[in-house]
Amino acid sequence: MKDLTNEILELIRRTSSSLPPDVEKRLRESIEKEAPGSTARGALETIVKNIELSRAKSTPICQDTGTPIFYVHYPLGWSTIKLKAQIRAAMEDATKKNYMRPNAVDAVYDNNTGNNLGGDDFPYIHFEEIESDDLVIELMLKGGGCENVSRQYSLPDNNVGAGRDLAGVRKVVLDAVQKAQGQGCAPGILGVAIGGDRGSSYIKSKEVMFSEMGTRNDDPKLAELEEQLTKESNEMGIGPMGFGGKTTVLDTKITGLSRLPASYFVSVSYTCWAYRRRKLTIKGEEVIYD
Amino acid sequence: MKKITTPISDEVIKDLKVGDGVELSGVMVTARDAAHKWMIETFIKKTRAPQGDDLEVYEKLKTLLNGSVIYHCGPVVSGLDTKDYKFLAAGPTTSIREEPYQADVMKHFNVKGVIGKGGMGAKTLKGCEETPAVYFHAIGGAASFLAQTVINVSDVFKLDFGTPEAMWVIEVKDFPVVVTMDSHGGSQHAVIDESSKKVLDELLAK
Ligand code: SF4
Repeated sequence: MKDLTNEILELIRRTSSSLPPDVEKRLRESIEKEAPGSTARGALETIVKNIELSRAKSTPICQDTGTPIFYVHYPLGWSTIKLKAQIRAAMEDATKKNYMRPNAVDAVYDNNTGNNLGGDDFPYIHFEEIESDDLVIELMLKGGGCENVSRQYSLPDNNVGAGRDLAGVRKVVLDAVQKAQGQGCAPGILGVAIGGDRGSSYIKSKEVMFSEMGTRNDDPKLAELEEQLTKESNEMGIGPMGFGGKTTVLDTKITGLSRLPASYFVSVSYTCWAYRRRKLTIKGEEVIYD
Repeated sequence: MKKITTPISDEVIKDLKVGDGVELSGVMVTARDAAHKWMIETFIKKTRAPQGDDLEVYEKLKTLLNGSVIYHCGPVVSGLDTKDYKFLAAGPTTSIREEPYQADVMKHFNVKGVIGKGGMGAKTLKGCEETPAVYFHAIGGAASFLAQTVINVSDVFKLDFGTPEAMWVIEVKDFPVVVTMDSHGGSQHAVIDESSKKVLDELLAK
Protein backbone atom coordinates (compact mmCIF):
# COMPACT_ATOMS: atom_id res chain seq x y z
CA MET A 1 0.00 0.00 0.00
CA LYS A 2 1.02 3.53 -0.78
CA ASP A 3 2.62 5.73 1.91
CA LEU A 4 0.31 8.74 2.25
CA THR A 5 2.23 10.79 4.83
CA ASN A 6 2.97 13.63 2.40
CA GLU A 7 -0.56 13.70 1.03
CA ILE A 8 -1.97 13.84 4.54
CA LEU A 9 0.45 16.63 5.41
CA GLU A 10 -0.91 18.58 2.44
CA LEU A 11 -4.46 17.84 3.62
CA ILE A 12 -3.58 19.32 7.01
CA ARG A 13 -2.00 22.40 5.42
CA ARG A 14 -5.07 23.01 3.30
CA THR A 15 -7.48 22.46 6.16
CA SER A 16 -5.66 24.79 8.49
CA SER A 17 -5.01 27.61 6.02
CA SER A 18 -7.73 27.52 3.39
CA LEU A 19 -11.37 27.78 4.46
CA PRO A 20 -13.77 25.69 2.31
CA PRO A 21 -15.44 27.77 -0.44
CA ASP A 22 -19.00 27.04 0.72
CA VAL A 23 -18.25 28.46 4.18
CA GLU A 24 -16.47 31.48 2.76
CA LYS A 25 -19.42 32.15 0.44
CA ARG A 26 -21.87 32.22 3.36
CA LEU A 27 -19.63 34.62 5.26
CA ARG A 28 -19.35 36.96 2.29
CA GLU A 29 -23.12 36.92 1.79
CA SER A 30 -23.70 37.79 5.41
CA ILE A 31 -21.65 41.01 5.16
CA GLU A 32 -24.41 42.56 3.06
CA LYS A 33 -26.98 41.84 5.75
CA GLU A 34 -25.20 43.95 8.35
CA ALA A 35 -25.56 47.72 8.49
CA PRO A 36 -22.76 49.76 6.89
CA GLY A 37 -20.34 51.05 9.50
CA SER A 38 -21.60 48.65 12.19
CA THR A 39 -19.15 46.71 14.34
CA ALA A 40 -20.86 43.52 13.12
CA ARG A 41 -20.04 44.37 9.53
CA GLY A 42 -16.51 45.38 10.47
CA ALA A 43 -16.00 42.02 12.16
CA LEU A 44 -17.17 40.10 9.09
CA GLU A 45 -14.99 42.18 6.80
CA THR A 46 -11.95 41.44 8.96
CA ILE A 47 -12.86 37.74 8.91
CA VAL A 48 -12.96 37.72 5.11
CA LYS A 49 -9.63 39.56 4.88
CA ASN A 50 -8.18 36.98 7.22
CA ILE A 51 -9.46 34.11 5.08
CA GLU A 52 -7.77 35.58 2.00
CA LEU A 53 -4.53 36.26 3.81
CA SER A 54 -4.14 32.85 5.41
CA ARG A 55 -4.84 31.12 2.12
CA ALA A 56 -2.27 33.26 0.29
CA LYS A 57 0.41 32.79 2.95
CA SER A 58 -0.34 29.22 4.05
CA THR A 59 -0.65 30.36 7.65
CA PRO A 60 -3.30 29.03 10.03
CA ILE A 61 -6.70 30.72 9.66
CA CYS A 62 -6.91 30.66 13.43
CA GLN A 63 -4.07 30.22 15.92
CA ASP A 64 -6.20 27.62 17.68
CA THR A 65 -5.71 24.92 15.11
CA GLY A 66 -8.22 22.85 17.02
CA THR A 67 -8.78 19.19 17.71
CA PRO A 68 -7.80 17.24 14.59
CA ILE A 69 -10.68 14.90 13.75
CA PHE A 70 -10.00 12.45 10.92
CA TYR A 71 -12.61 10.30 9.20
CA VAL A 72 -10.97 7.65 7.07
CA HIS A 73 -13.19 5.74 4.63
CA TYR A 74 -11.05 2.91 3.31
CA PRO A 75 -11.62 0.14 0.81
CA LEU A 76 -10.68 -3.45 1.60
CA GLY A 77 -6.92 -3.97 1.53
CA TRP A 78 -5.72 -0.86 3.36
CA SER A 79 -4.10 -1.28 6.75
CA THR A 80 -5.60 0.96 9.42
CA ILE A 81 -2.51 0.44 11.56
CA LYS A 82 -0.31 1.88 8.82
CA LEU A 83 -2.75 4.69 8.00
CA LYS A 84 -2.84 5.69 11.63
CA ALA A 85 0.95 5.79 11.81
CA GLN A 86 1.02 7.94 8.64
CA ILE A 87 -1.57 10.34 10.02
CA ARG A 88 0.43 10.71 13.20
CA ALA A 89 3.68 11.27 11.31
CA ALA A 90 2.00 13.89 9.12
CA MET A 91 0.59 15.63 12.19
CA GLU A 92 4.03 15.88 13.75
CA ASP A 93 5.43 17.30 10.53
CA ALA A 94 2.57 19.78 10.18
CA THR A 95 3.35 21.07 13.66
CA LYS A 96 7.02 21.56 12.78
CA LYS A 97 5.97 23.48 9.68
CA ASN A 98 3.63 25.67 11.77
CA TYR A 99 0.49 24.58 9.95
CA MET A 100 -0.60 23.41 13.40
CA ARG A 101 -0.01 24.93 16.81
CA PRO A 102 1.20 22.45 19.44
CA ASN A 103 -2.23 21.67 20.85
CA ALA A 104 -2.08 18.40 22.77
CA VAL A 105 -1.87 19.01 26.52
CA ASP A 106 -1.68 16.11 28.95
CA ALA A 107 -4.76 16.63 31.11
CA VAL A 108 -3.22 15.02 34.18
CA TYR A 109 0.30 16.46 34.16
CA ASP A 110 -0.50 19.64 32.20
CA ASN A 111 2.47 19.46 29.84
CA ASN A 112 2.11 20.23 26.15
CA THR A 113 3.59 17.39 24.08
CA GLY A 114 4.78 19.93 21.51
CA ASN A 115 3.95 17.82 18.45
CA ASN A 116 0.16 17.45 18.47
CA LEU A 117 0.44 13.80 19.41
CA GLY A 118 -1.31 12.93 22.62
CA GLY A 119 -2.29 9.47 23.73
CA ASP A 120 -4.14 7.18 21.41
CA ASP A 121 -7.00 9.66 20.89
CA PHE A 122 -5.13 12.74 19.78
CA PRO A 123 -5.48 13.19 16.84
CA TYR A 124 -8.91 11.58 16.87
CA ILE A 125 -9.25 9.07 14.00
CA HIS A 126 -12.38 7.24 12.93
CA PHE A 127 -11.95 4.35 10.49
CA GLU A 128 -14.79 3.03 8.37
CA GLU A 129 -14.38 0.30 5.75
CA ILE A 130 -16.39 1.08 2.64
CA GLU A 131 -17.41 -0.72 -0.53
CA SER A 132 -15.55 1.45 -2.97
CA ASP A 133 -12.19 1.51 -4.72
CA ASP A 134 -11.35 5.00 -3.48
CA LEU A 135 -9.83 5.93 -0.16
CA VAL A 136 -11.27 9.12 1.30
CA ILE A 137 -9.76 10.98 4.26
CA GLU A 138 -11.76 13.84 5.73
CA LEU A 139 -10.27 16.20 8.28
CA MET A 140 -12.01 18.67 10.56
CA LEU A 141 -10.05 21.02 12.81
CA LYS A 142 -12.49 21.74 15.58
CA GLY A 143 -11.82 24.89 17.60
CA GLY A 144 -11.68 24.84 21.38
CA GLY A 145 -13.53 28.08 22.15
CA CYS A 146 -16.59 26.88 20.25
CA GLU A 147 -16.29 23.38 21.70
CA ASN A 148 -16.56 24.95 25.14
CA VAL A 149 -19.98 26.40 24.32
CA SER A 150 -21.32 23.15 22.87
CA ARG A 151 -24.01 21.60 25.06
CA GLN A 152 -25.86 18.40 25.71
CA TYR A 153 -29.41 18.25 27.04
CA SER A 154 -31.29 15.34 28.55
CA LEU A 155 -34.97 15.75 27.73
CA PRO A 156 -37.35 16.55 29.29
CA ASP A 157 -35.58 19.73 30.34
CA ASN A 158 -37.66 21.68 32.80
CA ASN A 159 -35.52 24.83 32.73
CA VAL A 160 -36.34 25.37 29.09
CA GLY A 161 -39.71 23.61 29.15
CA ALA A 162 -38.59 21.11 26.53
CA GLY A 163 -40.39 17.79 26.12
CA ARG A 164 -39.31 14.67 24.24
CA ASP A 165 -40.24 15.72 20.72
CA LEU A 166 -39.00 17.97 17.94
CA ALA A 167 -40.63 20.98 19.59
CA GLY A 168 -38.45 20.24 22.63
CA VAL A 169 -35.39 19.85 20.43
CA ARG A 170 -36.05 23.28 18.95
CA LYS A 171 -36.22 24.82 22.41
CA VAL A 172 -32.96 23.42 23.73
CA VAL A 173 -31.04 24.30 20.56
CA LEU A 174 -32.22 27.91 20.79
CA ASP A 175 -31.24 27.90 24.46
CA ALA A 176 -27.75 26.68 23.55
CA VAL A 177 -27.36 29.48 20.99
CA GLN A 178 -28.41 32.13 23.49
CA LYS A 179 -26.07 30.77 26.13
CA ALA A 180 -23.16 30.65 23.68
CA GLN A 181 -23.49 34.38 22.91
CA GLY A 182 -20.44 35.36 20.83
CA GLN A 183 -18.06 33.13 22.77
CA GLY A 184 -17.76 30.42 20.14
CA CYS A 185 -16.56 33.05 17.67
CA ALA A 186 -19.96 33.66 16.12
CA PRO A 187 -21.20 33.41 13.44
CA GLY A 188 -21.25 29.68 14.02
CA ILE A 189 -22.58 26.49 12.51
CA LEU A 190 -24.74 24.11 14.56
CA GLY A 191 -24.44 20.34 14.45
CA VAL A 192 -27.31 18.68 16.28
CA ALA A 193 -27.78 15.02 17.13
CA ILE A 194 -31.05 13.75 18.57
CA GLY A 195 -30.87 10.48 20.48
CA GLY A 196 -27.99 8.05 21.00
CA ASP A 197 -26.16 7.72 24.28
CA ARG A 198 -24.17 10.68 25.59
CA GLY A 199 -21.04 9.60 23.70
CA SER A 200 -22.48 8.63 20.31
CA SER A 201 -24.75 11.66 20.38
CA TYR A 202 -21.85 14.11 20.64
CA ILE A 203 -19.85 12.26 18.00
CA LYS A 204 -22.73 12.31 15.51
CA SER A 205 -23.36 15.99 16.17
CA LYS A 206 -19.87 16.64 14.80
CA GLU A 207 -20.06 14.11 12.00
CA VAL A 208 -23.19 15.74 10.59
CA MET A 209 -21.21 18.92 10.03
CA PHE A 210 -19.00 17.35 7.36
CA SER A 211 -21.79 17.88 4.81
CA GLU A 212 -21.82 20.99 2.67
CA MET A 213 -23.40 24.24 3.81
CA GLY A 214 -27.00 24.55 2.69
CA THR A 215 -27.58 20.84 2.07
CA ARG A 216 -30.62 19.66 4.00
CA ASN A 217 -31.51 16.46 5.78
CA ASP A 218 -33.45 14.00 3.56
CA ASP A 219 -36.23 13.87 6.11
CA PRO A 220 -38.49 16.86 5.37
CA LYS A 221 -39.35 17.30 9.05
CA LEU A 222 -35.69 17.65 10.02
CA ALA A 223 -34.94 19.76 6.95
CA GLU A 224 -37.62 22.20 8.04
CA LEU A 225 -36.31 22.31 11.59
CA GLU A 226 -32.79 23.01 10.28
CA GLU A 227 -34.06 26.06 8.38
CA GLN A 228 -36.18 27.23 11.27
CA LEU A 229 -33.36 27.00 13.81
CA THR A 230 -30.98 29.03 11.66
CA LYS A 231 -33.64 31.70 11.16
CA GLU A 232 -34.73 31.89 14.79
CA SER A 233 -31.16 31.88 16.09
CA ASN A 234 -30.48 34.92 13.97
CA GLU A 235 -33.53 36.69 15.36
CA MET A 236 -31.82 36.81 18.75
CA GLY A 237 -29.51 39.56 17.52
CA ILE A 238 -26.30 38.22 19.05
CA GLY A 239 -24.31 38.89 15.89
CA PRO A 240 -20.67 38.32 14.88
CA MET A 241 -18.47 38.02 18.00
CA GLY A 242 -21.56 38.84 20.09
CA PHE A 243 -21.29 42.51 19.04
CA GLY A 244 -24.99 42.49 18.13
CA GLY A 245 -26.21 42.05 14.56
CA LYS A 246 -28.11 39.81 12.20
CA THR A 247 -25.55 37.06 11.59
CA THR A 248 -25.28 34.62 14.48
CA VAL A 249 -25.70 31.19 12.89
CA LEU A 250 -24.71 30.40 9.28
CA ASP A 251 -26.33 26.99 9.03
CA THR A 252 -27.82 24.14 11.09
CA LYS A 253 -27.36 20.40 10.50
CA ILE A 254 -29.47 17.82 12.30
CA THR A 255 -29.25 14.06 12.47
CA GLY A 256 -31.53 11.60 14.23
CA LEU A 257 -30.21 8.47 15.98
CA SER A 258 -31.74 5.57 17.83
CA ARG A 259 -32.13 6.02 21.56
CA LEU A 260 -32.99 3.87 24.53
CA PRO A 261 -36.59 4.17 25.69
CA ALA A 262 -35.19 5.68 28.90
CA SER A 263 -33.04 8.42 27.33
CA TYR A 264 -33.56 11.37 25.02
CA PHE A 265 -30.36 13.32 24.47
CA VAL A 266 -29.92 16.35 22.29
CA SER A 267 -26.31 17.29 21.56
CA VAL A 268 -25.54 20.69 20.12
CA SER A 269 -22.04 21.03 18.70
CA TYR A 270 -21.15 24.62 17.98
CA THR A 271 -18.49 25.35 15.39
CA CYS A 272 -17.01 28.79 14.94
CA TRP A 273 -16.99 30.55 11.56
CA ALA A 274 -13.46 29.10 11.13
CA TYR A 275 -15.12 25.88 10.09
CA ARG A 276 -12.10 24.02 8.77
CA ARG A 277 -12.86 20.78 6.99
CA ARG A 278 -11.20 19.35 3.91
CA LYS A 279 -11.09 16.11 2.01
CA LEU A 280 -8.43 13.97 0.32
CA THR A 281 -9.36 11.24 -2.16
CA ILE A 282 -7.01 8.55 -3.46
CA LYS A 283 -8.36 7.16 -6.72
CA GLY A 284 -5.84 4.63 -7.94
CA GLU A 285 -2.74 6.67 -8.74
CA GLU A 286 -4.65 9.92 -8.63
CA VAL A 287 -4.60 12.22 -5.58
CA ILE A 288 -7.52 14.63 -5.35
CA TYR A 289 -7.96 17.47 -2.86
CA ASP A 290 -11.36 19.14 -2.59
CA MET B 1 -11.78 54.72 14.42
CA LYS B 2 -9.63 56.07 17.28
CA LYS B 3 -5.89 55.51 17.26
CA ILE B 4 -4.27 54.82 20.61
CA THR B 5 -0.65 54.02 21.46
CA THR B 6 0.65 52.37 24.64
CA PRO B 7 1.43 53.43 27.32
CA ILE B 8 -2.11 54.75 27.74
CA SER B 9 -3.14 57.48 30.19
CA ASP B 10 -6.16 57.33 32.49
CA GLU B 11 -7.74 60.25 30.60
CA VAL B 12 -7.65 58.37 27.32
CA ILE B 13 -9.15 55.30 28.98
CA LYS B 14 -11.96 57.26 30.62
CA ASP B 15 -12.80 58.75 27.25
CA LEU B 16 -13.49 55.31 25.76
CA LYS B 17 -17.08 54.06 25.63
CA VAL B 18 -18.66 50.74 24.73
CA GLY B 19 -18.90 50.40 20.95
CA ASP B 20 -15.82 52.51 20.14
CA GLY B 21 -13.59 51.09 17.43
CA VAL B 22 -9.89 51.50 18.20
CA GLU B 23 -6.60 50.82 16.43
CA LEU B 24 -3.95 50.02 19.00
CA SER B 25 -0.21 50.52 18.53
CA GLY B 26 2.79 50.05 20.80
CA VAL B 27 4.13 47.41 23.14
CA MET B 28 1.89 44.82 24.81
CA VAL B 29 2.29 41.43 26.47
CA THR B 30 0.41 38.18 25.83
CA ALA B 31 -0.83 36.20 28.81
CA ARG B 32 -3.35 33.46 29.23
CA ASP B 33 -4.25 30.83 31.81
CA ALA B 34 -0.84 29.67 33.02
CA ALA B 35 0.59 33.20 33.09
CA HIS B 36 -2.36 34.66 35.02
CA LYS B 37 -2.29 31.87 37.56
CA TRP B 38 1.47 32.31 37.94
CA MET B 39 1.24 36.10 38.41
CA ILE B 40 -1.52 35.79 41.01
CA GLU B 41 0.07 32.97 43.00
CA THR B 42 3.65 34.21 42.94
CA PHE B 43 3.36 38.00 43.17
CA ILE B 44 -0.15 39.05 44.14
CA LYS B 45 -1.48 36.47 46.61
CA LYS B 46 2.04 35.13 47.26
CA THR B 47 0.85 31.58 47.91
CA ARG B 48 3.78 30.17 45.96
CA ALA B 49 7.44 31.04 46.46
CA PRO B 50 9.24 32.61 43.47
CA GLN B 51 11.42 30.13 41.62
CA GLY B 52 14.02 30.25 38.86
CA ASP B 53 13.85 33.56 36.99
CA ASP B 54 10.49 34.55 38.51
CA LEU B 55 11.69 37.70 40.31
CA GLU B 56 13.71 38.89 37.37
CA VAL B 57 10.70 38.53 35.07
CA TYR B 58 8.51 40.27 37.63
CA GLU B 59 10.71 43.36 37.59
CA LYS B 60 10.53 43.53 33.82
CA LEU B 61 6.78 42.99 33.81
CA LYS B 62 6.23 45.82 36.27
CA THR B 63 7.71 48.24 33.76
CA LEU B 64 6.25 46.65 30.65
CA LEU B 65 2.69 46.33 31.92
CA ASN B 66 2.46 49.75 33.54
CA GLY B 67 0.02 51.68 31.32
CA SER B 68 0.06 48.90 28.77
CA VAL B 69 -2.20 46.12 27.58
CA ILE B 70 -2.45 42.36 28.18
CA TYR B 71 -3.44 40.28 25.18
CA HIS B 72 -5.24 36.96 25.74
CA CYS B 73 -3.55 35.07 22.97
CA GLY B 74 -1.73 31.78 22.40
CA PRO B 75 0.07 32.44 19.12
CA VAL B 76 1.64 30.25 16.46
CA VAL B 77 5.25 31.41 16.40
CA SER B 78 8.05 30.60 13.97
CA GLY B 79 11.77 30.75 14.74
CA LEU B 80 11.58 28.83 18.00
CA ASP B 81 14.94 27.16 17.27
CA THR B 82 16.77 30.28 16.06
CA LYS B 83 15.08 32.67 18.53
CA ASP B 84 14.28 34.87 15.57
CA TYR B 85 10.61 34.90 16.55
CA LYS B 86 7.79 35.81 14.24
CA PHE B 87 4.03 35.65 14.88
CA LEU B 88 2.28 33.66 12.16
CA ALA B 89 -1.17 33.40 13.68
CA ALA B 90 -2.26 35.40 16.67
CA GLY B 91 -5.98 35.88 17.27
CA PRO B 92 -7.59 36.31 20.69
CA THR B 93 -8.52 33.43 22.97
CA THR B 94 -11.60 33.21 25.22
CA SER B 95 -11.16 35.73 28.02
CA ILE B 96 -13.65 34.50 30.57
CA ARG B 97 -11.15 31.88 31.78
CA GLU B 98 -9.14 34.73 33.34
CA GLU B 99 -12.17 36.10 35.21
CA PRO B 100 -10.93 34.93 38.63
CA TYR B 101 -7.57 36.69 38.12
CA GLN B 102 -8.03 39.63 35.76
CA ALA B 103 -9.17 42.43 38.04
CA ASP B 104 -6.34 41.81 40.52
CA VAL B 105 -3.72 41.61 37.78
CA MET B 106 -4.95 44.85 36.20
CA LYS B 107 -4.84 46.72 39.49
CA HIS B 108 -1.49 45.28 40.59
CA PHE B 109 0.36 46.16 37.39
CA ASN B 110 -1.74 49.22 36.38
CA VAL B 111 -2.77 47.53 33.15
CA LYS B 112 -4.94 49.85 31.05
CA GLY B 113 -6.65 47.28 28.92
CA VAL B 114 -7.05 43.62 28.12
CA ILE B 115 -7.65 42.31 24.63
CA GLY B 116 -9.51 39.07 24.15
CA LYS B 117 -12.72 37.61 22.91
CA GLY B 118 -16.12 36.80 24.36
CA GLY B 119 -16.01 39.48 27.05
CA MET B 120 -15.63 39.11 30.80
CA GLY B 121 -17.79 39.17 33.91
CA ALA B 122 -18.81 41.42 36.76
CA LYS B 123 -15.53 41.15 38.69
CA THR B 124 -13.47 42.35 35.75
CA LEU B 125 -16.01 45.07 34.95
CA LYS B 126 -15.56 46.38 38.48
CA GLY B 127 -11.79 46.12 38.02
CA CYS B 128 -12.15 48.25 34.87
CA GLU B 129 -13.84 50.97 36.92
CA GLU B 130 -11.30 50.87 39.71
CA THR B 131 -8.05 50.69 37.70
CA PRO B 132 -9.35 52.37 35.35
CA ALA B 133 -9.10 50.12 32.32
CA VAL B 134 -11.18 48.78 29.43
CA TYR B 135 -11.84 45.49 27.70
CA PHE B 136 -10.96 45.46 24.02
CA HIS B 137 -12.65 42.80 21.89
CA ALA B 138 -10.59 41.54 18.95
CA ILE B 139 -11.98 39.53 16.06
CA GLY B 140 -11.86 35.88 17.13
CA GLY B 141 -10.26 33.62 14.57
CA ALA B 142 -8.74 36.44 12.50
CA ALA B 143 -5.33 35.06 13.36
CA SER B 144 -3.33 35.60 10.18
CA PHE B 145 -4.70 39.09 9.80
CA LEU B 146 -3.92 40.08 13.38
CA ALA B 147 -0.45 38.50 13.22
CA GLN B 148 0.33 40.98 10.45
CA THR B 149 -0.16 43.86 12.85
CA VAL B 150 2.56 42.42 15.09
CA ILE B 151 5.62 44.21 13.76
CA ASN B 152 8.12 43.00 16.34
CA VAL B 153 8.50 40.23 18.90
CA SER B 154 10.99 41.70 21.33
CA ASP B 155 11.07 39.16 24.16
CA VAL B 156 9.47 36.10 25.65
CA PHE B 157 9.07 35.02 29.26
CA LYS B 158 8.09 31.67 30.70
CA LEU B 159 8.53 29.74 27.49
CA ASP B 160 8.50 26.62 29.68
CA PHE B 161 4.71 27.10 29.91
CA GLY B 162 4.62 26.11 26.21
CA THR B 163 4.37 28.38 23.14
CA PRO B 164 0.67 29.26 23.57
CA GLU B 165 0.96 29.94 27.30
CA ALA B 166 4.26 31.86 27.34
CA MET B 167 4.30 35.65 27.81
CA TRP B 168 5.32 37.23 24.53
CA VAL B 169 6.36 40.88 24.46
CA ILE B 170 5.21 42.29 21.15
CA GLU B 171 4.97 45.58 19.35
CA VAL B 172 1.86 46.09 17.25
CA LYS B 173 0.74 48.64 14.72
CA ASP B 174 -2.94 49.45 14.13
CA PHE B 175 -4.30 46.38 15.83
CA PRO B 176 -8.13 46.62 15.38
CA VAL B 177 -10.38 46.17 18.42
CA VAL B 178 -13.80 47.22 19.70
CA VAL B 179 -14.37 48.45 23.27
CA THR B 180 -17.02 46.14 24.73
CA MET B 181 -16.47 46.94 28.43
CA ASP B 182 -15.58 50.45 29.51
CA SER B 183 -14.39 52.08 32.72
CA HIS B 184 -17.86 53.47 33.49
CA GLY B 185 -19.58 50.14 34.11
CA GLY B 186 -20.78 49.70 30.54
CA SER B 187 -20.71 46.19 29.07
CA GLN B 188 -21.88 45.34 25.59
CA HIS B 189 -21.92 41.68 26.63
CA ALA B 190 -24.42 42.26 29.42
CA VAL B 191 -26.63 44.29 27.06
CA ILE B 192 -26.64 41.66 24.29
CA ASP B 193 -27.09 38.85 26.78
CA GLU B 194 -30.19 40.54 28.13
CA SER B 195 -31.73 41.52 24.79
CA SER B 196 -31.14 38.05 23.29
CA LYS B 197 -32.64 36.43 26.40
CA LYS B 198 -35.79 38.46 25.87
CA VAL B 199 -36.11 37.22 22.28
CA LEU B 200 -35.37 33.66 23.42
CA ASP B 201 -38.15 33.82 26.01
CA GLU B 202 -40.56 34.98 23.31
CA LEU B 203 -39.47 32.17 21.00
CA LEU B 204 -39.80 29.57 23.74
CA ALA B 205 -43.30 30.77 24.57
CA LYS B 206 -44.42 30.04 20.99
S1 SF4 C 1 -13.57 29.35 18.43
FE1 SF4 C 1 -12.72 28.98 16.38
S2 SF4 C 1 -12.23 30.97 15.50
FE2 SF4 C 1 -12.52 31.21 17.71
S3 SF4 C 1 -10.46 31.08 18.55
FE3 SF4 C 1 -11.36 29.04 18.67
S4 SF4 C 1 -10.77 28.01 16.76
FE4 SF4 C 1 -10.41 30.19 16.50
